[in-house]
Amino acid sequence: MRTTLFFIGLAGLLVFGAANARAQDYVLTIKDHRFTPTEIKIPANKRVQITVVNDDPTPEEFESHEMKVEKVIPGKSKAVVRIGPLKPGRYPFVGEFHEATAKGTVIAE
Amino acid sequence: MLGALLIVFREVLEAGLIVGIVMAATRGVPGRGRWVTIGIAAGVLGAGVVAMFAGVISDAFQGSGQELFNASVLGIAVLMLMWHNAWMARHGREIADEMRRVGTAVSEGTKPLTALAVVIGLAVLREGSEVVLFLYGIMAQGTSGSALLAGGVLGIAAGAAFTALTYFGLLAIPNRHIFSVTSWLIALLAAGMAAQSVHFLNNAGLVVSLDQTVWDTSWLLSEGSILGRLLHILIGYTERPTEMQLLVYVAILIAMYVLMRIARPSPRSPMPAAAE
Repeated sequence: MRTTLFFIGLAGLLVFGAANARAQDYVLTIKDHRFTPTEIKIPANKRVQITVVNDDPTPEEFESHEMKVEKVIPGKSKAVVRIGPLKPGRYPFVGEFHEATAKGTVIAE
Repeated sequence: MLGALLIVFREVLEAGLIVGIVMAATRGVPGRGRWVTIGIAAGVLGAGVVAMFAGVISDAFQGSGQELFNASVLGIAVLMLMWHNAWMARHGREIADEMRRVGTAVSEGTKPLTALAVVIGLAVLREGSEVVLFLYGIMAQGTSGSALLAGGVLGIAAGAAFTALTYFGLLAIPNRHIFSVTSWLIALLAAGMAAQSVHFLNNAGLVVSLDQTVWDTSWLLSEGSILGRLLHILIGYTERPTEMQLLVYVAILIAMYVLMRIARPSPRSPMPAAAE
């Protein structure tokens, strides 16, 4: 019962949210456990949408504490990551499953 | 190998802490071993299923499926924890009294166990699906897989050991305090989960009001550090909370307190603590 109510609430929020979604799109590609480009410039203080394309056959987790994002992207697929509004500055992100190579920065300005 | 160990350990840690707290909170409740086992088993099974359908979940709801899934899982866990605490506020004293008298537990009490089995199951499912995906990735890569895989398995073992540590650590708390201590731990756990749920809804683009960052304590304690992670799980520490997150955090704590006050039976006898 509670659960049902919860999901009805979620559905309601979804409709509301869809109307609010007007974020601009940016693309990041993962290949051989590396991001391209390694730097993305976005406007500060705005909600931004980044499409992360994972060209590797293995899953990756796009993670950034600085931007408060954590999202698993299965192999050979893509995912949408929503960030912001961010104050001007540099915000590093990593692919958590391959932190040694998968690194990049979002620059808000 | 060390890298794999750390990644898996971090994921198992969160579920492990929750399992440890829940087990300590249900000390003396009969049949809890079975329910905890069911919760973990269901969680592991669910983790496999979620990992298998990761692509489908991710693509659902215009690419917000994963966030919505996480938010829902956390939301349900919060409700279950509230239910548990209300139940414990009502029956905790009976159980404590009984434990003192006979050394064993009262017969009543499967109710909060189902709730807690769900909480355990969801925690294992959420963190476990990432472990499954990660290990799957390692295996899919072939060649250097075995060392990494060994690291992953060691990571799970280390996480399990930490669960045991949490549990026995909490058991060191004297009987008459354990219910209030675990109730507060669970209240903080629930508030943290609710705030995290809000965060996922925000990432999904659904709850975007009050999304300004209130403070930034990343210079003081990074959420990526071990201590930061522990506190994130235990009390919901976030280096950059939004206004909405803070609001929900406080609201859940208040709701929990009120709920426990309402559920508490009217005092029949003076505080039994004096009997000790």
